[in-house]
Amino acid sequence: MNILFAILVVAVLGGLFGFGLSYAEKKLAIKKDPKVLALEPIMPGANCGVCGYAGCNAYAAAVALGEAEIGLCSPGGPSLVAKMAEIMGAKIEASGETRRKVAHVMCRGNTEFTLKDYNYEGLEDCNAAALLFTGDNNCKSSCLHLGSCIKVCPVGAISKDKDGYIIVDEKACISCEKCVQICPTNAMHMIYEDSEYVIECNSHEPGGKVRKQCSVGCIGCKICETKFPESGCKVDRFLSTFDQMLPHSQIPEAAEACPTKCIIKR
Amino acid sequence: MSYIAILLTFIFINNFILVQFLGLCPFIGVSKNSENAIGMGASVTFVTTVASVVTWAIYYFLLVPFNLQYLQTLTFILVIASLVQLLEMVIQKISPALYKALGIYLPLITTNCAVLGIAIINISSSYNVMEAFVAGLAVGLGFTLAMILMSNIRERLDLQPVRGSFRGMPIAFISAGLMALAFMAFDKSLITNLHLV
Repeated sequence: MNILFAILVVAVLGGLFGFGLSYAEKKLAIKKDPKVLALEPIMPGANCGVCGYAGCNAYAAAVALGEAEIGLCSPGGPSLVAKMAEIMGAKIEASGETRRKVAHVMCRGNTEFTLKDYNYEGLEDCNAAALLFTGDNNCKSSCLHLGSCIKVCPVGAISKDKDGYIIVDEKACISCEKCVQICPTNAMHMIYEDSEYVIECNSHEPGGKVRKQCSVGCIGCKICETKFPESGCKVDRFLSTFDQMLPHSQIPEAAEACPTKCIIKR
Repeated sequence: MSYIAILLTFIFINNFILVQFLGLCPFIGVSKNSENAIGMGASVTFVTTVASVVTWAIYYFLLVPFNLQYLQTLTFILVIASLVQLLEMVIQKISPALYKALGIYLPLITTNCAVLGIAIINISSSYNVMEAFVAGLAVGLGFTLAMILMSNIRERLDLQPVRGSFRGMPIAFISAGLMALAFMAFDKSLITNLHLV
């Protein structure tokens, strides 16, 4: 008899909770916009936040409501813009920016090449080190090698190589620019992926000062720009930059002639 | 025991995580940053409090009259699971922002043994309904306290130069052990010395 009561009580309890929950489910059901449901699965899912929203789903919801533009997602690229436009029934505006950008450390300094102000012994974090005189390097635009960008990268594309240099896995990079934002010395830049050469220096200091600070920095001597007009290099405020879109047939010679050898072939 | 004594007991003396070692899964899993830790603590506090009262009522109004006390574990699990499901729906309806912040940790409370633990302790200590309510609340607060302490420690650890073999989980376990050791200092004599019995 007792066992029957036991079965009855558990069955009734279970039944009650079951029906209660299914009733609550109907009563509390939330209608989701079909556009949101269509948009969510095609998002990249990195939740990197470059669009300015809390994550991929938040961005999808904002787009469905018409609050956000379609082209804010840089990890998704042009293919995602096309898919989203199709779902939203919007026309794709021809945007010129189709060259992919990747993060790159614009600094070749290390303990051997770069003058140190002091020995930093503290939290292993670039922004913590930058609180003390913008880092331990004498050059205040240099990479501090403490890896804040490694920690912030949502896809783990940034790492240190065996020499302690910060390297970016360009295939994995989703161009979210989080590393650019967190870098206290602005040594991390976004460069075009198709650039064959890159000038790995970030210092706008005059040449004489750069020479004292670092043996591999750009001194703004303008040899690349004036002696090799077809090098694609432009010097602005003592720092040369390379542009793949300019005529650049002479860039290998310019790289050879660079006195500090900071024009690097990628 | 007075309500203050119950609060002190379950927050400090018998802290579920650091002294009783119940509900350790979210303690390690969700304590990586303090924001999530506080959210998890708040939702566990809600579930332990409500579950304490509901299981108390089921035990005394359903199981005792039918002489079915041996079914308490089974029915309590049933209550807790449904309660968490209901809580999930209600939060999703009322506050989508909170629902998003809690994420996966909300349904995981179902399997948190701290909730079942306090339901059973309420019965075995023969608390009345008000005492059961306070005990449930206190367990939740103690859980939240441990979560906040642990998440703050781990946030600091992330920035420290920890030896490679200890980095991540091992150093978190060591810190948790040291913290548990510190909580051993809270003793039952605390309540007698404060004349709360």
